[in-house]
Amino acid sequence: MFADETVPGAAVQSLWRSARNARCEAKSCQTAEVATAEAAVQSRSSRDAAVQTDRSAARDVHHGARVDDSGVLAFLRRVEEVVTKELNKNVTSRAFDGFDVNWTDQNRTVLCLHTLSYPEAQDQHLQVTGVSWNATGSVVACSYGRLNDGDWSTEKSYVCTWNLDRRRLDPQRPDLVVDAPSSVMCLAFHPSQPSLIAGGLFSGETVVWDTSKPEDPLIWRTGMTDDTHTDPVSQVHWLSDAKHGNHIQLLSASTDGKILVWREERDGRLAVAEGFALVAQQIPRSARLKKLAWGEAAVGVTSLSFSHFDPHVFIVGVEGGYSLKCSTAADTPAPRRTGGSVPLRAPAELAFSPHSGPLYSVSCSPFHRNLFLSCGTDGQVHLSSMLQTQPLISLQLSTKYLFCVRWSPVRPLVFAVASGEGDVHLVDFEKSSQKPAVSIKQAVDECPVYCLEFNSKQTQLLAAGDAAGTVKVWQLSSDFTEQRPREMNHLELLASELTD
Amino acid sequence: MAEVEETLKRIQAHKGVVATMVVNAEGIPIRTTLDNSTTVHYTGLLHQLTMKARSTVRDIDPQNDLTFLRIRSKKHEIMVAPDKEYLLIVIQNPSE
Repeated sequence: MFADETVPGAAVQSLWRSARNARCEAKSCQTAEVATAEAAVQSRSSRDAAVQTDRSAARDVHHGARVDDSGVLAFLRRVEEVVTKELNKNVTSRAFDGFDVNWTDQNRTVLCLHTLSYPEAQDQHLQVTGVSWNATGSVVACSYGRLNDGDWSTEKSYVCTWNLDRRRLDPQRPDLVVDAPSSVMCLAFHPSQPSLIAGGLFSGETVVWDTSKPEDPLIWRTGMTDDTHTDPVSQVHWLSDAKHGNHIQLLSASTDGKILVWREERDGRLAVAEGFALVAQQIPRSARLKKLAWGEAAVGVTSLSFSHFDPHVFIVGVEGGYSLKCSTAADTPAPRRTGGSVPLRAPAELAFSPHSGPLYSVSCSPFHRNLFLSCGTDGQVHLSSMLQTQPLISLQLSTKYLFCVRWSPVRPLVFAVASGEGDVHLVDFEKSSQKPAVSIKQAVDECPVYCLEFNSKQTQLLAAGDAAGTVKVWQLSSDFTEQRPREMNHLELLASELTD
Repeated sequence: MAEVEETLKRIQAHKGVVATMVVNAEGIPIRTTLDNSTTVHYTGLLHQLTMKARSTVRDIDPQNDLTFLRIRSKKHEIMVAPDKEYLLIVIQNPSE
């Protein structure tokens, strides 16, 4: 049935030449014709005929359907009563207060993610004086120096950075170590350029480093001129001033009572653009300390915090224990002092009732224009309103000093405090306005925590630095990272109710 | 018709009411206080959900029927009053 057979090949004539101008005609095909038919559609046909204006949304919707107005009216009459009832019930109902669904995995505990340190600095017994997160939230920097030593020294110091998103993070080896000529008292990353760090030195100098140039990171410095602070710089702050475009504006505050604004000059110099001076003369008599009765005496600025709502308003904390509301728009001249190339102005507008010891830190609320926190050597945190001199709430959180206080960037009612006992306290006004919601043990042996900073990009992270020279990066539990439904109302209440 | 608008205005005037919409049986919006695209988004999804909710209720007990649907979310409460031909959707922010 099956046999081998050779089929002779078929020769096909090239049709190419003739095909070039051949006409094609379909005679027949083997597949059946594809038939389509529209069975049902929901949309109505519409047609546009030359319109120049946008039709309003309501009309558009209106035209989309055939509307039987009387039917709609009858329907609305039927449902209005029940809807009204429910709407009223809802507004007064407190059934869902404090109710929260756990859709995602909640971090119930506060965890220590990283313990960062620089062994060489620890060998010199240097302390972490400041921490800062960069603009992207992935790099943490710390400055090494001494806070417990008033002596002038020429001892070298360091600024170290770690990128936490790096795959092989070595907590003992920073990504970058910058040598500083003297103790670095404070530092701050630029708010938008991730590689710029400003630092304030014990010598009174203010410097700016660029971490993207590891060979020679120092790009700007004030040098030692007549304008430079004569005391250690206590805080540096970047000004985001739209008026000055991309120019860098850096503000430094010092215990010599001056607050100076620096701008970049040629040759990597920073020059004073404007300056402010706090003098005892300007402080209201009631708040003035007895010892500083003579008007010319300087009032040492230990900390400073700008309002998040008004770019001119800032709060300073001073050695005398009180906080002052100041304005960069002030034009009262400060009493003339020797040296300095620009006339200094006196910014203080209002003095708040003092703590019973020097202040170490102030922080303006990112959620309320009038609220700010202050803490100091008396172990108390004051919650104050810029509208009245008496604090709204004062909390005793430590029997030792409190070195740093910061509002949470995400929870309006939460703030963190660094204490002299080695604890980081997280206070949640929603839970209690008297004691901390969580206290984390940062360091053993009563070794004080000097600085802390929330990460505003990765809001679950909090970095804190201590006297033992270590920086710990904490992962906060979900309680501290998710805003509650009525939290803003609580904050408003807190600010207004207590004022009366 | 003025009376329809008046009724909707009355509902809209309640405390915390963010938006009011009327949808017909096919899920096509008829009246709204929101912009066009948001309305279509809301009504398309809520119409489906309401139909699903109704069939759920009726599948469990054929003698039963859906009378009202409330959805509580982090930001709002969405209320749906169903009917043979129309749905009334009201979005409220109760903490306002």
